[in-house]
Amino acid sequence: MMDSYALLIAATLNAGTVLAIASLGLLINEKAGIVNLGAEGMMLCAAIAGFAAVVHTGSDTMGFLAGIAAGAFMAAIFGGLVIWLNTNQYATGLALTLFGSGFSAFAGIAYVQAQIPERPNFALPYLSDIPLVGPALFRQHPLVYLTVAFALVLIWFLYRTRSGLILRSVGESPESAHALGYAVRWIRMGAVVMGGALCGLAGAYLSIIYTPLWVEGMVAGKGWIALALTTFATWRPARVLLGAYLFGGVTMLQFHLQGVGVELPSQVLSMLPYLATIFVLALISRNPRWIRINIPAAMGKPFHPGS
Amino acid sequence: MTTPRLELKGITKAFPDVVANSDVSLTVMPGETHAVLGENGAGKSTLMKVIYGSLMPDAGQILLNGQVMRIRNPKEARANGIGMVFQHFNLFDTMTVAENVWLGLARTSLEQVTASIVAKATEYGLDIDPRRAVHTLSVGERQRVEIIRALLTRPELLILDEPTSVLTPQAVEKLFLVLRKLASEGCSILYISHKLHEIRELCTACTVLRAGKVTGVCNPKEESNASLSRMMIGAEPPLLEHHECQAGSTTMVVRNLSLERDDQFGVDLQEINLSVCAGEIVGIAGVSGNGQKELLYALSGEDTRSPHGSIRIGEVDVSALDPGERRRMGLHFVPEERLGRGAVPTLSLAQNLLLTRTESISIPRCAGGWIRVKALANHAERLIDRFHIKAGGPNSVARSLSGGNLQKYIVAREIDANPKLLIVSQPTWGVDVGAAAQIRGEILRLRDEGCAVLVVSEELDELFEVCDRMYVIARGKLSPSIPIAEATVEKIGEWMSGLWDRSVPGEARHA
Ligand SMILES: Nc1ncnc2c1ncn2[C@@H]1O[C@H](COP(=O)(O)OP(=O)(O)OP(=O)(O)O)[C@@H](O)[C@H]1O
Ligand SMILES: [Mg+2]
Repeated sequence: MMDSYALLIAATLNAGTVLAIASLGLLINEKAGIVNLGAEGMMLCAAIAGFAAVVHTGSDTMGFLAGIAAGAFMAAIFGGLVIWLNTNQYATGLALTLFGSGFSAFAGIAYVQAQIPERPNFALPYLSDIPLVGPALFRQHPLVYLTVAFALVLIWFLYRTRSGLILRSVGESPESAHALGYAVRWIRMGAVVMGGALCGLAGAYLSIIYTPLWVEGMVAGKGWIALALTTFATWRPARVLLGAYLFGGVTMLQFHLQGVGVELPSQVLSMLPYLATIFVLALISRNPRWIRINIPAAMGKPFHPGS
Repeated sequence: MTTPRLELKGITKAFPDVVANSDVSLTVMPGETHAVLGENGAGKSTLMKVIYGSLMPDAGQILLNGQVMRIRNPKEARANGIGMVFQHFNLFDTMTVAENVWLGLARTSLEQVTASIVAKATEYGLDIDPRRAVHTLSVGERQRVEIIRALLTRPELLILDEPTSVLTPQAVEKLFLVLRKLASEGCSILYISHKLHEIRELCTACTVLRAGKVTGVCNPKEESNASLSRMMIGAEPPLLEHHECQAGSTTMVVRNLSLERDDQFGVDLQEINLSVCAGEIVGIAGVSGNGQKELLYALSGEDTRSPHGSIRIGEVDVSALDPGERRRMGLHFVPEERLGRGAVPTLSLAQNLLLTRTESISIPRCAGGWIRVKALANHAERLIDRFHIKAGGPNSVARSLSGGNLQKYIVAREIDANPKLLIVSQPTWGVDVGAAAQIRGEILRLRDEGCAVLVVSEELDELFEVCDRMYVIARGKLSPSIPIAEATVEKIGEWMSGLWDRSVPGEARHA
C-alpha cells in the first residue's frame, strides 16, 4: 500500500516535469511581453524530432538536443514574424500550433511503430535506497531534478540580476526600455527562442523518457496547459512549479482512482486535474493587486520603435 | 575661443502630420545653462529626443565637442556624456526606484545603485526611498526619480524636459542649486520649461522655437516675461478677468473623512473636512505625496472605501458611488496623470472623448447605444478649435500630441461638460503661458456661471491667481480653509509643514 503511494509521488514528479519545463519557458517569453500560443505545436515537433534522433543515434542526449533545436527553430520563425513583421501574436501562435500538429503527424508516420532502446533505471546512489522516500523521490530521470534547479535559477535570474531586470522591463514597457536604449526587439527575440527551446526540451522528454514512444498528437493539450499555468501562476516561477506538480499529481491520482474502481464517471475524474489546478492557483493568486504587479503590462502588444 | 559642447546644424524632423523641427540650429557652450522655449507643440521635446538619440533626424548635423556625431540610440548618447530627463516619464511601474535607476545606468550592482541614490538624494535634497515601487509614487516623486537617474550618469550635457512642472517651489529651489553646481563644474544644461521666471533666474542663453523653427536667440536675463512671450507666441498672455466671488449653496461637503492607506507607501487620510460652494474656486495646496492622491481617489470615486456619509454632493451621500455615477451627478474630474488615467494613449482624441462624455452616443445611458461617429468627430473638432489645441485632428491618437496639448485637451473635455462640480489636479501642468492663462480663464468662467471648482496644485502662484479660498494638505491632514485675501506665501508655506494649529489657535476646524 505504502509502495503505491511512493509510486504515485514518483509518477507525479515525472508528469509534472513536462509541464514545468514548458511552462517555465513560456514564462520567460511572456515576461518579455510575447505570448506564444504555438507551444503545443512546438512540443509536438520537438517530440518527434527527439524521438527520431534517439531511434537513429541511440543517444538520449542527441534526442534532447534535437528537441531543443526543433523548438528553438520554430520559435525563431514565430519571433521573426511577430517581432519584426508585427504580425498578430495570437494568430501567429495558433498558426504555429496548427502547423506543428500537422507536420509532426506527417513526419512521424515512419516512427509510429518504432522502438527505442530500453531506458536504464535512474537512481541516485544511496538516497534511492531509503525506504519509501527513495522510490518516491530519488529514482527519477536527472532532468526532473534539473527542472527544479532551473526554476530556482530562473527566480534568481529574474529578480536578482540585471539581465533579468532588463528582460522584465521589456515586457513591462517596451517604449520606456527603448527610450533608455535597450534593443527591445533582440531581447524579445532571445526570450522567445529560449521559450521555444524549453518547450522543445519538454516535448523531447515526453517522447523519449515519459512515454517513451511516438503517437500522433501525443502532447495531448499539455502545451495549452503550460500556457494556462503561467497565467494562473501569475508569472511566478515557484508557482508554476507548484501548479505543474499539482496538475501532474491529480492526473496520476485520477488514474489510480479509476484503477481501483471509484464510483464516479470517468469523465468527472478526468476533469479533476484541471479543476484542482485552477482552484488552487486561483485561490493563492486571488489578490488583484498581486496580479497587476506581476502581469507583464505589455504582454501580447506589438511594439514599433520610433513611434 | 572654446569649442561648443553641443552644436546643432539644420536639424529637420518630420512626422506624418507635422514637421516638428525644420532647420533648427542651436549652440550650447560648456558650463552654459541654455533654455529652449516655445509654445506647446513647438517641437522642443522632439529636438531633445533627436539629441538624445531616441529619434533620428531627417536632416542636419549634431556636433559634440566639435566632432560630428551620429547618435543612434540613447545608450550611445549616455556613453557620450548626454543625460536626459524626459517630459513623459520613462519609468517601469512595477519595479522599484532603485531598479528603475539601475536600468538607466551602465553596469554596477543594485546595492551600489541603492547607495548612490541615497547619497545623491541627500546631497541634493531630492528625498526618495529607493526600495519603493514606482507605481506607489506621486508624479512629483516620479519626477525626482527621473532627475536622480539622469544625475547619476554624470553627464557633460544634461537635458531637462520640463523637470519642474510637478515640483514644489522648495524642490525647484533645491533643483536650481543642483543645476548651478553642475554648471559651475562645467556641465552644460539644456533646460525646457514654460515657467518664464525660472528661465530668467537660471539660464544664461535661450533659443526660442515656434512651429518647429528658431524664431530667436537671446539672453533671458535681459528680457522680460512679456518680451519672452512675444517671441514665443507672438503676443502677451491675456490678463485674467476676476469678478467678485458669488458663492452660492454648498455643492460638496466632506465630513470627517478618514481613510486608511490602500498600499504600503500611501498616506492615511485623517478626518478631512472640506466644503466647496457653487460659484467659488477652492484650492488645495501642499507638497505632493501628502495625501493629495488618496484624497482625489476618494473624491473622484476611484476609491469607494470612504465611510458612509463622509462625502456628499448636494444632499446625496455619494461615498459609495463609482466615478460614472458621480459624473452623472455633475462631478467631473481631471486627474494628474494625463496618459493612462486621463486619456488612453493609443485611442484617437475623438474616442478619448467617450471616456467621460456621452453626448455622441445615441442612447446615452444605455450600454448598447450606438456611437454617432460623425457627431463624435465634430464634438472633438469643436474642442480642438475652442481651446486652440495643436493636433492633426479628431482622429490623431492621444499619444502623438505634445504634452501640453494633451493636457489642454483633457481639461477641455471636462470643462466643456459644464459640470456642477469640477475637480482638477494640476490644471496647467506643462502648458505654455498662453494656454495656461486660457485654462485658468475657462476655470474662472465656469465659476462665474455657478460651478463649484476644487483645484489641487503644487503651484502656489496658480492657486493665488484663481482661488477664492484655500486649504493646505500635509501628512494626510487638511488645514482649515483660509480666504485668499488673508493668505500669504509665508503662511501657506508654514502650513505646508503641518503647522496650522499653532498659527490659528481657536479657529473652527470646519470650514
Ligand atoms: N510620435 C509622434 N508622431 C506624430 N506626431 C508627433 C509625434 N511626436 C510629436 N509629434 C508632433 O510634433 C509636434 C511637436 O511635438 P513636441 O512634443 O516636440 O512639442 P513640445 O514643444 O515639446 O510641446 P510641449 O510644450 O507641449 O511639450 C507636435 O505637433 C506633435 O503633435
Ligand atoms: Mg514637450
